[in-house]
Parts: sequence; C-alpha cells; structure tokens
Amino acid sequence: MKILVPIAKVPDTTSKIAFVDNNTKFNPDGVTFIMNPTDEWYALVRAIELKEKQGGEVVVIHVGLADSEQIIRKALAIGADKAVRVDADPTDAYFIAAQIAAHAKTENYDLIIAGKETIDYNSYEVGGMVAELLDLPCVALVQKLEIENGVATIKREIEGGTETVEVKLPMVVCAQKELAEARIPNMKGIMGARTKPLTVVPADATEKLTTITSYHLPDKANECKYVSPDNVGELVRLLHEEAKVV
Amino acid sequence: MAVLSFVEVSQGKIKKASVEAAYYGSKVAEGLGTDSIAVVLGTASAEELATLGTVGVKKVLHASDARFNNFDSKAFTKAVSEAANGAGATVVVLSFNQNGKLLAPRICVRLKAAYVPGAVELPVFNGASATVKKNVFSGKATAEYQLNTEKKVIAVNPNSLSPVRGAGAAAVETFAPEMADTDFASVVKGADLIVGEIPLSEAELVVSAGRGMKGPENWGPIEELAKLLGAATACSRAVADVDWRPHHEHVGQTGLTIRPNLYIAVGISGAIQHLAGVNGSKVIVVINTDPEAPFFKAADYGIIGDAAVVVPKLIEEFKKQKAAH
Ligand SMILES: Cc1cc2nc3c(=O)[nH]c(=O)nc-3n(C[C@H](O)[C@H](O)[C@H](O)COP(=O)(O)OP(=O)(O)OC[C@H]3O[C@@H](n4cnc5c(N)ncnc54)[C@H](O)[C@@H]3O)c2cc1C
Ligand SMILES: Cc1cc2nc3c(=O)[nH]c(=O)nc-3n(C[C@H](O)[C@H](O)[C@H](O)COP(=O)(O)OP(=O)(O)OC[C@H]3O[C@@H](n4cnc5c(N)ncnc54)[C@H](O)[C@@H]3O)c2cc1C
Repeated sequence: MKILVPIAKVPDTTSKIAFVDNNTKFNPDGVTFIMNPTDEWYALVRAIELKEKQGGEVVVIHVGLADSEQIIRKALAIGADKAVRVDADPTDAYFIAAQIAAHAKTENYDLIIAGKETIDYNSYEVGGMVAELLDLPCVALVQKLEIENGVATIKREIEGGTETVEVKLPMVVCAQKELAEARIPNMKGIMGARTKPLTVVPADATEKLTTITSYHLPDKANECKYVSPDNVGELVRLLHEEAKVV
Repeated sequence: MAVLSFVEVSQGKIKKASVEAAYYGSKVAEGLGTDSIAVVLGTASAEELATLGTVGVKKVLHASDARFNNFDSKAFTKAVSEAANGAGATVVVLSFNQNGKLLAPRICVRLKAAYVPGAVELPVFNGASATVKKNVFSGKATAEYQLNTEKKVIAVNPNSLSPVRGAGAAAVETFAPEMADTDFASVVKGADLIVGEIPLSEAELVVSAGRGMKGPENWGPIEELAKLLGAATACSRAVADVDWRPHHEHVGQTGLTIRPNLYIAVGISGAIQHLAGVNGSKVIVVINTDPEAPFFKAADYGIIGDAAVVVPKLIEEFKKQKAAH
C-alpha cells in the first residue's frame, strides 16, 4: 500500500504570538517551528503502522521553503520512507492543496492521510481540498482507521458521538486524536533519516484565492472580577444580570 | 445573484448550527440586496423546512432523496455545488461544524471560490472582494481574510452570532440534483451517540473540571451543576489521560475547541494548551484555590476557593435563582 502524508510546519504551542509590519505579518523572532502535532502524532504514525502491517511505502509531502528541512527529517526519522518538498512559501490553502494534488496525480497513492487542522491557521481545509481536486472520497475527524482488502473502515467524530463508515480506496482521510499513539524517533531512525531520499520539486503555478490583510490580538483581556467564596450568590447575580448568560 | 446556505438536518430536524448558518446567509444577502436561499439534503418535512423563514430564508431547495440521510462528502459537494450554480449563488454559507469543516473546502474547490474557514463575524464587502474575520493561532489572535474571487464560500464558527427570529415561512421547492450511486462513496455501518448528555460541541453552557478535583469520585457536584444549568460537562486533558473522565470530554489544543456562552472551569490551571480550546468562550468563570493560576488571566469572573466548598454553594445559589424566576 502506498500512503501519502502531507505535513505542515507550525509555531511551537508555547510560542508568543505577535505581529509586525503594521499587524500584517506573524513575527517569527524567537519562535521554534515544529511539525504540526496532529500530522506527527496521528496521521504519520497511523500511516507507518499500516505499512508495517501490510507492506508498502509511506511518503511525506511538505509545501514549504528550505528551512522546513528539520521537520521533514523528523518525519523520516519517525519512519516515513521518503519525502517530497514542494519549494514554495505556503501562504494560501488552495495553493498548498493544489501542490499536493499535483504530486499525488503522478504517483497513484492508495491512501492520503492528512491532519484535520494545523495549530496556527486552524483551517481544516487542505485535506478536503486535495480530495476534491483528485475527485476522491474523503472522511474527516477520523479517530480509527483499519484497511482490509482495499476497504477502509473508519470511525469519525459526529455531533455528540461517533459514526463508523466504510469506504473503498483510494481515498483521503483527515486524522485527529486517538488515531494512533505518538512515536518518538529513536537513534536508528534519526541516523537512517539522513540517507532517506528527500526530493525538492518546484511549485505548480496556481493562483492564491485568499489574502490575509491583517492580524489582531484580542484587546487586553477583561480584568477578572473576583467574587468572595463566602458570597457565591453574587456570582450567580453577575452571570444573570451583568453577563446575561444564565 | 443569491446567497445560498447549506442547512443540515438530522432525524428530520434542522441542526442548531445550521440555523446560525442560514441566519448568517440571510444577513449577507440583506447586505448585498439579494435573496437568501437554503439547500437541504435528506428527509425532512416541509413544515420543518418552512421555519427557516424565521431567520430570513426566502426559499428552500429540498432534495429529499433518502441516500442523503447519511453524510458523504463527495455526494454532498456535488449536490450543494449544483444548487449554488443553479441559483446563481455568489456566496455559499455553511456551519463550521463537523460536516461543514469537510464539505466547505470541497465546495470551494468545485466552485473555484475563495473560502474562509470559521468566520466569526459578517463579511465586509468592498466591490467584488470581501474580507471576513476568523480566529487563528488556536484562538489567540484573529486574521482578516480577503476573498479574491467572484464566488465565495464562508463557514461560520458555531455560536458566533445569535439568530434573531422573525415571522415568516420559507417557500419549499423540490430540488433534484443528478446523483449516481457511485457518487455516494461511504457506507454508514452505525453510530455511537452519547445519549442523555448535551453534545459538548453544541453546548451553550459548559461546566468543566480538572486535576483540582482530586479524584474521579468527586465529580458528583460538577455533574449536578451541569444538569441544573442544562450544561455539558468538559474536562482538562490531564484528567482524561488518567481516565478520571472520558476522552470525548477533553477540550483544548489536542481535544475539542468550543465557544460556549459560559465556560465554568473548576480546578483547572489554565495551561496554554487548555486555553486554546476554550478562549473563544463568551464568559469564563474560574474557580481555583491558587490565586496565581494562569486561568484567572483569561477569566471574566473568578472565585479563589476550594472546589469542594464553592461548587455545592454555587448549586444552592443557582437553585435559589431558578426558584425566584
Ligand atoms: C506569511 C503568511 C501569509 C499567509 N496568508 C494566507 C492567506 O492569505 N490565505 C490563506 O488561506 N492562508 C494564509 N496563510 C496560512 C497558510 O498558508 C495556511 O497554512 C493555509 O491557509 C492552510 O491552512 P492551515 O495551515 O490551517 O491548514 P489545515 O487545512 O488546517 O491543515 C490540514 C492538514 O493539511 C496539511 N497541510 C497543511 N499545510 C501544509 C503544507 N504547507 N504542506 C503540506 N501539508 C500541509 C497537513 O496534513 C494538515 O494537518 C499564510 C501564512 C503565512 C505564514
Ligand atoms: C502538546 C500538548 C498538548 C496539550 N493539549 C492539551 C489539551 O488539549 N487540553 C488540556 O486541558 N491540556 C492539554 N495539555 C496539558 C496541559 O499543558 C496541562 O498539563 C493540563 O491542561 C493541566 O490540567 P489541569 O489544569 O487539570 O491540571 P493542573 O495543571 O494540575 O491544575 C490543577 C489546578 O487545580 C487547582 N486546584 C487544586 N486543588 C483545588 C481545589 N481543591 N479547588 C479548586 N482548585 C484546585 C490548582 O491550583 C491547579 O491550578 C497539553 C500539553 C501539551 C504539552
């Protein structure tokens, strides 16, 4: 089975979020970038597990510039077999999806496992876009994925619970928590990653459909109003009369 | 020209998140001086669908084909896009809920439309382009997305605006998209619903607790408070990881992201990864013994005190308030 895993690069979860150039750009100063946790912990690991069970190959693809090399090597160290980097600054979801789809068209993957969302732009969109560009079935918010005889059995989140569906491959899956247990790369993996193939390809010409014009940090958070533990009734009054939420 | 909203039904009932999407669609249509239309796929009564008129929908395109009773992203994309093209819609609005999060990006590709995932406000039009605000960096900031194409797709974050209901009934028309059996790619084998509880992702009020509760045996008052308020229960990852609470309750960066009107956090420190899932809440109440707990910085109201004492008192006070109103 041939599996493609798109991986994104994001600021570390504890990064200080700040903007520069009149609030038009994210300030990367002092920020550590990491592989998007959902991609690393769930999408990639499940792909590797499926390969370990059934044979085949796991390829990771990343749309980004040369400074993403480290996260790509990490994916290889965790157990991907090879990597493709599309050499372009990823600043539009449709653009990113078009690059991934262009690569996938030439390779006949049985399965594409993306993450449900990145922790920076939180868009939940690249996986679905790739599926539509390739005219493939897609299931998102996936918590369980088994493959047998070319059919995927999937548990996905729905409002107030989960649903189990079966879909014939090829397809796109968008992963979320519970799909796998995160793996930490071991020494052998890290050494091996250095010699695994990483191909850099130029980007396909694709227009950007959106532009981010500005960013805003929330106004200085409301000062917390403290209520004495001996006067809990006051909290109920405030929630009812002032906040009007109960 | 028209604005088309995708309205989901479940067991014949319109989903709450979709009422918000339809209301949002009507507001956009009003701004553009055009009609608000909705498309509904699957079994529902005409009376139920006509109620969309109360949130400004003029016309409902209803495809009652029973194959639509199960969600399939490929089939739904085809049908909604056909409805959009047929109605000459320039804006398509969906809820940014479980199904919408997958459907919207597919539709945007099919219509070659710019898309904003998770809008928190109405769009501002500027000639042919529009800008829409959305949350980024897990709720720590917002960004203005400019949509550069003639057609636009907007998925609205649940609980971003409260629909104001008016009078009026929508006209319901039959819609028969051309669907082949091969368009339906997924076969639904079953569902596992958490019954008797309010789904966390839909809840307007949420009572949440963490390690400060000391043990799973102390959750009684949390559940009682939630029940009294008609709230859903949530928890921190720390307590889900040790199986004090089920994982579907865990909110935060690696769990659910919620935006309720009221989030009551008891015995939760307010780690940045926890806040990422809840800081879109309208009002946050924090109950914690530690005056230095970071959660107080994100709170609107705080009580510095022991959960074991404060929560039962809170239950009593809410009971009194209920009795008085
Ligand atoms: C300077 C700057 C400007 C930007 N301007 C815009 C803009 O104008 N419009 C806009 O839409 N976005 C803009 N972005 C955001 C960026 O392009 C987002 O990555 C993109 O919108 C996709 O959204 P997301 O990251 O939330 O991905 P999601 O859709 O949430 O990601 C889902 C999954 O897709 C895959 N994926 C995501 N990104 C990549 C990638 N680069 N390579 C491989 N796989 C990937 C991963 O599997 C991921 O888990 C800008 C970013 C920067 C740094
Ligand atoms: C990559 C990553 C992702 C993560 N994702 C998430 C996530 O999605 N969601 C999440 O929640 N966490 C997440 N975490 C974990 C997070 O960092 C915190 O460890 C976790 O949220 C702490 O849970 P807690 O507040 O229940 O426990 P603690 O941090 O131990 O806090 C307990 C609090 O209870 C208070 N307390 C003690 N006794 C009482 C009492 N009697 N009455 C009232 N208060 C009392 C204490 O003062 C303290 O503030 C993640 C961490 C990482 C590294």
